[in-house]
Amino acid sequence: MSEDIDKVSIQITINGQHYKRDVEPRLLLVQFIREELGLTGTHIGCDVTYCGACTLLVDGKPVKSCTMLAVQADGCEIHTVEGLEQDGELHPLQKAFSENHGLQCGYCTPGMLMSSMALLAENPDPSPDEIRKGISGNLCRCTGYNNIIKSIQAAAKEMAG
Amino acid sequence: MSWIGKSPNRKEDVRLIRGQGYFVDDKQDYGLLHLHLVRSPYAHAHIINVDVAAAEALPGVICTLTGAEVKELMPESFMELGPEPAANIQDYPMAVGKVIFQGEPVAAVVAETPALAADGGALVDVDYDMLDAVITAEQAMEDEEVLHESAGTNKTWQGVYEYGEVDAAFDEAATVVKIDRMHFHRFASTPVENNAVVAEWKRHGELDFFCNNSFVGFAQQLLAPALGVSVDQMHIKTHDIGGSFGNKISNYTQMAIAALASRKAGGRPVKWAETRTEHLLSSGHGNERTFLDTEVALDKNGVITAVRSRHIDDCGAYPRYEPLGCVIWSQVLPATYGVRNFRIDFSQAVTNKCPAVPNRGYSRMQHLWFMERIIDICAHKLDIPADEMRLRNYITEFPYTTPNGCVYDSGNYPAMLEKAKELIGWDDWKKKQADARAEGRLLGIGIGTTLDSGTNNFGQARIMNPHLPFSGNSEVATIRIDLQGSVIVTLGSGPSGQSHETTTAQVVAEELGINPDLVRVRSGFDTGWNTFVGHSGSYASQFAVTGLSAVHGACEKLKAEMRRLAAFILEASEEDLEFGIGEEGPQLSVKGTDQAVNYWYMGNLVNNDNAVLAGELGDVTLNIRHVYRPPFTVPDVERKYGNLTLTYAAQLHIAVIEIDRDFGHPRILAYAAVDDCGTVINPKIVGGQVHGATAHGIGAAIMETFQYDETGNLLTSSFSDYCPITSMNMPDVQYGSIQTPSPFSYSGAKGMGEGGGAPLHTVSAAVQDALITEGIIVTDSHHSVTSVFELLRSKDESSGVQVDKR
Ligand code: FES
Ligand code: FES
Repeated sequence: MSEDIDKVSIQITINGQHYKRDVEPRLLLVQFIREELGLTGTHIGCDVTYCGACTLLVDGKPVKSCTMLAVQADGCEIHTVEGLEQDGELHPLQKAFSENHGLQCGYCTPGMLMSSMALLAENPDPSPDEIRKGISGNLCRCTGYNNIIKSIQAAAKEMAG
Repeated sequence: MSWIGKSPNRKEDVRLIRGQGYFVDDKQDYGLLHLHLVRSPYAHAHIINVDVAAAEALPGVICTLTGAEVKELMPESFMELGPEPAANIQDYPMAVGKVIFQGEPVAAVVAETPALAADGGALVDVDYDMLDAVITAEQAMEDEEVLHESAGTNKTWQGVYEYGEVDAAFDEAATVVKIDRMHFHRFASTPVENNAVVAEWKRHGELDFFCNNSFVGFAQQLLAPALGVSVDQMHIKTHDIGGSFGNKISNYTQMAIAALASRKAGGRPVKWAETRTEHLLSSGHGNERTFLDTEVALDKNGVITAVRSRHIDDCGAYPRYEPLGCVIWSQVLPATYGVRNFRIDFSQAVTNKCPAVPNRGYSRMQHLWFMERIIDICAHKLDIPADEMRLRNYITEFPYTTPNGCVYDSGNYPAMLEKAKELIGWDDWKKKQADARAEGRLLGIGIGTTLDSGTNNFGQARIMNPHLPFSGNSEVATIRIDLQGSVIVTLGSGPSGQSHETTTAQVVAEELGINPDLVRVRSGFDTGWNTFVGHSGSYASQFAVTGLSAVHGACEKLKAEMRRLAAFILEASEEDLEFGIGEEGPQLSVKGTDQAVNYWYMGNLVNNDNAVLAGELGDVTLNIRHVYRPPFTVPDVERKYGNLTLTYAAQLHIAVIEIDRDFGHPRILAYAAVDDCGTVINPKIVGGQVHGATAHGIGAAIMETFQYDETGNLLTSSFSDYCPITSMNMPDVQYGSIQTPSPFSYSGAKGMGEGGGAPLHTVSAAVQDALITEGIIVTDSHHSVTSVFELLRSKDESSGVQVDKR
């Protein structure tokens, strides 16, 4: 099977770093990032695009990377949780999640953070209902969401300065 | 300053918010192989033939395993905890000759990459001969189709729990309420991280596991005999675990498959990472319970005097750990009520469904739901307001010994009710409800009171099977001052999101007069640390008691050594020393002087520079291992009597729900949760656990269910069908707490986290209250749009409830 599959060359920028690799066309973006590049901060939690543990930003848009092929991301600019901290400074969202107990096991957290990034980029001052919608594609089994909503509100406030 | 009752930022967050957590599937290894499981599409079938030739011929496939081979390779099948004949069930991690549930593994393929392993799996050809499926426990008990020939029956357990003068209480009752049938549905907490393991059976015989099992102390005892190794040959580690909620207790079966695959692959490491569909199909569901022929005796004031009933648990395909659920509910026999007379006939049977596993609120939640339904149904039938009914029946004196010998340590349920009413705005909602009813709208207000019993006495296992060599409970912590003077703590708990690193650091900081940042608590679990006992793990709401008592005890021993050492170094008397932080870090100093010795000096002295030490300090190592054992005795197995749990945290929730008359959609308009877990170590973490348990309960009550068709086909086998609760369905929770310190733990804390399934009781109560005007009685725990719609449509005035006023 696999031997017959011709690999395809792709180039992707992730968190500012340029990568060039030959991949099987069937390889999912999340598998590429986790297994080929070792960026394991992006997680997998389902097989039907429900849980959002794999959310990252592709050209600024939140994408469930389990539902995109690596070859489709050819030429794209991607941001993952590993790129949130800049020069040793945590992103306000990261700080806010910790301060408001917006995470417990932390498995959903990278995806939650990336969805929140996209939400705040589009809507810097979201209402609680808008936040609920913004993270409705991200499952968290530990927190019951209330503290995540609080965390995002706190980060929005902090980012507004 | 004191660190107890504070909420410092979590230690765990430092890595988790950066994407630097280390979960099993993150592990990459040189030579790592990947395992794919081929699973049965049928719930009940004979396996005629398994052909792996095509898979083995695929380049990149290293080896395969079939059920028959697994049986060959395992010296014995897994231990079943239940008594005979259930104990005779042959339980292998892969189906041997016959599949008992849909999704049961029938073969494994090991290959160079996950994709190749899956390709190989697609080439495995299995011939089945389909059999009729047994889908309900009641059907199973008839034994028309016996699932396990080795047991000869589907009945895995039966026992009668009888206390007090039941029949006399019924004779004297002013009212008897009879409820034909109630049912608690099947669901699970489905952690976002699936099960996973990397196994490496090294050629020299040592077997390494990196896994996300959440009760390793127990798993190793099941794995060792089944794999033919000693416990000490197995090196089991966990690091970050993406939630368990009890579900990951049972993944030892897949750990065994990965181990056998590694051995067959010549000792190369083998990773198995479950998919979500596999998880939903086969990794364990919470137990489903049916309550039959329930009768409740009440006096003229609406005080319940006796309950008799027949309960049946459906444990799915293999009983495994599950017969424990036939006893664990009795930790909360009378729930929060002063009922003294009980007769509960409890049985359990196997069915062609996924095996049941512990799930947040395990076994107690089902019983507490039953008791809350009784309270509400009786209240409605006797026209007593639901709050008043509870106040008339609550236990109010503590410690309280239940009819079966459990001791409720402390509590104040009326105060919790008061607080929850305040939070929700009870009077206001009562008015709104009256208005809504006048307009013909269906608005209900429901109360749920529940218990979260924590720190099991494992002796209760003997009530289920007198031959089991388990009793008491214990947990370990080690603490040491290392040669650089750092404070290092290791735990036996192997947590999965419960913040044990943080609360441990708080307790140590409190004891040593330092701050939590100066305490390094290692992440996860590692048999190599020698910090484990058979009870080690994170389950049954116990860490605040077992784990932190172990940490506290270890600190006390360490401090005693440090005092002796510092007294020698400073030439002072031990009584004059105090712990704290000085200019050179954590230290012991002589009170009222500037004489001090820091941890680095002490650590170095003991580990590097010990010739200067006096002979009588020869036993000082600054390396302490402490085991905490709660004060339990073995229960009286005959009478089913004894103290089964050490602490009883409580939860009281109130929900306001409006039901759409046309579509049945239950909408939560307001929700309040009040919690009492005694002394709170870290309010933020306790609040987080309460919110999380609330989400699980609400999700289970209004959305989640494992629904099977009559052939044993799971209809909700993906997240799109199972639909775990999201941010869109979770209400804002008005949260409050009271604290009634436990007299039985050193700190007054009670174990908590499971939450006792409060939202299930509460949502059922609110749905009941909304539908009572329609003459509908709620007897099932699942209130999805579809179930409520059905309820509205099949309006049945009798609802299987009869009231007999004497
Ligand atoms: S892994 Fe669940 S949505 Fe991508
Ligand atoms: S923190 Fe565990 S799933 Fe969200």
